Amino acid sequence: MTAPSPDPGPAGPAVATQEWWGTEEACVTFGDKLALDHVTFHAPPGQVSAVVGGDGAGRTTLLRCLAGAHAVSSGRVQLPPPVRIGYLSAGSGVYPDLTVDENLAFRATAYRLPAATARERSAELLERADLSGARDRLAGQLSGGMRQKLGVIASMLHQPDLLVLDEPTTGVDPVSRADLWWLIARAAANGAAVVLATSYLDEAERAFEVLALDAGRELASGTPEQIVAAMPGTLRVSDARPEGEARRRAWRRGGRWRIWDPPGAPGPADLPSPAGPAGPGGPADEVTPDLQDAVTVAILARELAGARGGNGRPEGGDPR
Amino acid sequence: MWAMIVKEFRQVRRDRRTLAMMIVLPVILLIVFGYAASFDVSKIPTVAAGPQAAALVHSLGKPFELVAAAPDEGRAWAQTQLRNNTSGADVAVVTGSGPTQVLIDGSQLFSARTALGALAAVQEKALAERASGTPVQRPQVTVLYNPDLKTSWIMIPGLCGVILVFIGTIITSLGVVRERQTGTLEQLAVMPLRPRDVFLGKITPYFVVACVDLAVVLAIGVAVFGVPFRGSYAVFGLGALLFLFVTLGLGVLISSVSENQGQAIQLSMMVMLPQVLLSGLIFPLSSIAVGVRWISYILPLTYFNEISRGVMLRAEPIGPLWQPFVFLALLGLIVFTLATLRFRSFLAPAAPRRGKGRAPAGPQPVAVAAGVEAAGVDAATGAARPAGPAGPAGTEAATGTAGQSGPGEAGSPR
Repeated sequence: MTAPSPDPGPAGPAVATQEWWGTEEACVTFGDKLALDHVTFHAPPGQVSAVVGGDGAGRTTLLRCLAGAHAVSSGRVQLPPPVRIGYLSAGSGVYPDLTVDENLAFRATAYRLPAATARERSAELLERADLSGARDRLAGQLSGGMRQKLGVIASMLHQPDLLVLDEPTTGVDPVSRADLWWLIARAAANGAAVVLATSYLDEAERAFEVLALDAGRELASGTPEQIVAAMPGTLRVSDARPEGEARRRAWRRGGRWRIWDPPGAPGPADLPSPAGPAGPGGPADEVTPDLQDAVTVAILARELAGARGGNGRPEGGDPR
Repeated sequence: MWAMIVKEFRQVRRDRRTLAMMIVLPVILLIVFGYAASFDVSKIPTVAAGPQAAALVHSLGKPFELVAAAPDEGRAWAQTQLRNNTSGADVAVVTGSGPTQVLIDGSQLFSARTALGALAAVQEKALAERASGTPVQRPQVTVLYNPDLKTSWIMIPGLCGVILVFIGTIITSLGVVRERQTGTLEQLAVMPLRPRDVFLGKITPYFVVACVDLAVVLAIGVAVFGVPFRGSYAVFGLGALLFLFVTLGLGVLISSVSENQGQAIQLSMMVMLPQVLLSGLIFPLSSIAVGVRWISYILPLTYFNEISRGVMLRAEPIGPLWQPFVFLALLGLIVFTLATLRFRSFLAPAAPRRGKGRAPAGPQPVAVAAGVEAAGVDAATGAARPAGPAGPAGTEAATGTAGQSGPGEAGSPR
């Protein structure tokens, strides 16, 4: 990762001056399966860091290690004491048979917050998240988005030094997502190192640091701009799916096809041409990649490299 | 329909616990009802006090079986033997001054009924012999502790135990496994709570509810059914406390090995059923076949029954009850230790990290180097990829997963 990585060690400086929380060369194994493979991830205080990747990439495993819910098999983790960590596991992590207020009261007591402070913070955060009117409702009766907001509020109520959020916005409507992002930004503004896993790369672009994982390994890391800048080759769009070898380097995004051309790859000649170069799909245009493109290309490049080495994805299936 | 049948079979095959229950439960029931379920009492342990009392017991024949004799003792000794269940006797024959006395322990309902029947038969036989000129002395029969041989008097002390099993085991097992199902267990695991705090916090409410239930059942038993409470409340309370710890521990243990509430209920039932059937609550222990009876002696309800009936009906003091108390304490220790270890293991998965590097006080960071080196996977080959993202080349962007969905389509709040 490109984040600063001083090592204060176990007896390092106080939490307030900590430069990062995270892992170095962390490995996690489940039986004979390597879920995390030498992953280094530094989350600086006061910033939002995002962990992205597809299903099975190792995001949740990494976040569980950061939350202290799982030990690493090898490598190193640097975390605040448990009382200074806030964690939202996959799902809202709230008790469906307790009211909103009762859930927050439980969390405040568990984290030894003074009652007055807890009341004050709860009221403020609930107000901002538009949950004030639901304080006496059972969490199980809330909508998914409301429950998710409650989960985030509960995890940040004690103003942790490290806030770990596993997919806080998944399945949440755009309005609630905006509320959730306000809460997340608020936690970072209060000095917390916020780490969130997300499936939405547009959200990841808002993060200070991004770590993209694939099959437990680091795929790309750095600021979103750095990741985009590091993308090799060029990207073009087309209305039609390309033919030949380029088929494997293309994916649909929105209504059009993105085609990645590695350095030295052939150009638009691979497009189908029943009606010539400007046939049914029209000509391909070079576009400026964004984070989603860059991460997609990184996954694709790794897959193609693996296929050349005989370990790639089976070539038989073409689900497109 | 065929599709449903195939689906159901596949699901049943994968739910090993249900499958085991479907196969094991009928076998258990067969064994229990075949060997254990019997109200017939073939042997009645009997003590003899006074001169010639032992000979008299022998002359009574079956089902009376002499287990202790004291030619120099009288009724007081015999009664103590029955009250304290010292030699397991249910009947005492007392001779000496005055007519022969037969004391029957009414808290052993089936033995008492059998003894009364057998004595009546002996009387009839004696009367028949009288006709031929032999003089007969009619013994004075006294049923102690439950003179009217009311079933409710022996069932209610036992039911107290069943209620404690119900709350302690079944309800507790549900309460803990619910955390797992709702995903809150993981939150608990990372909270600054010690496993002990979580453990005690989980069981305390059930403990309190069980105590209240116990008091209510006892009050109803005494007030409505007229069941006497002749012994010490403290001894009874101590027994209930020990028993409750065993049942609560069983509940947590079951919860810790169950993935969902259905599994927890199944296991709880498999723990509860033998306790109800084999603890002496319904069928007298002495009637249970020896080959099955050993099971009775590993069941906590067996010991609680001895304590509750002994204290409530016979005013038995704690001294003679040392065995059930010790066994309950041992069972409690074993079950609680296992439950705590299991609870700890799934509540504190980060133990190695904390154990090595946790800074217990102050805002010191934790930094730990794990001692175990993982087996590596060749990063260059991309091997060992799990069934993860299909990758960009094979997926519709609109699915919205990383590397696939676009900001515009996902409804960015930005």
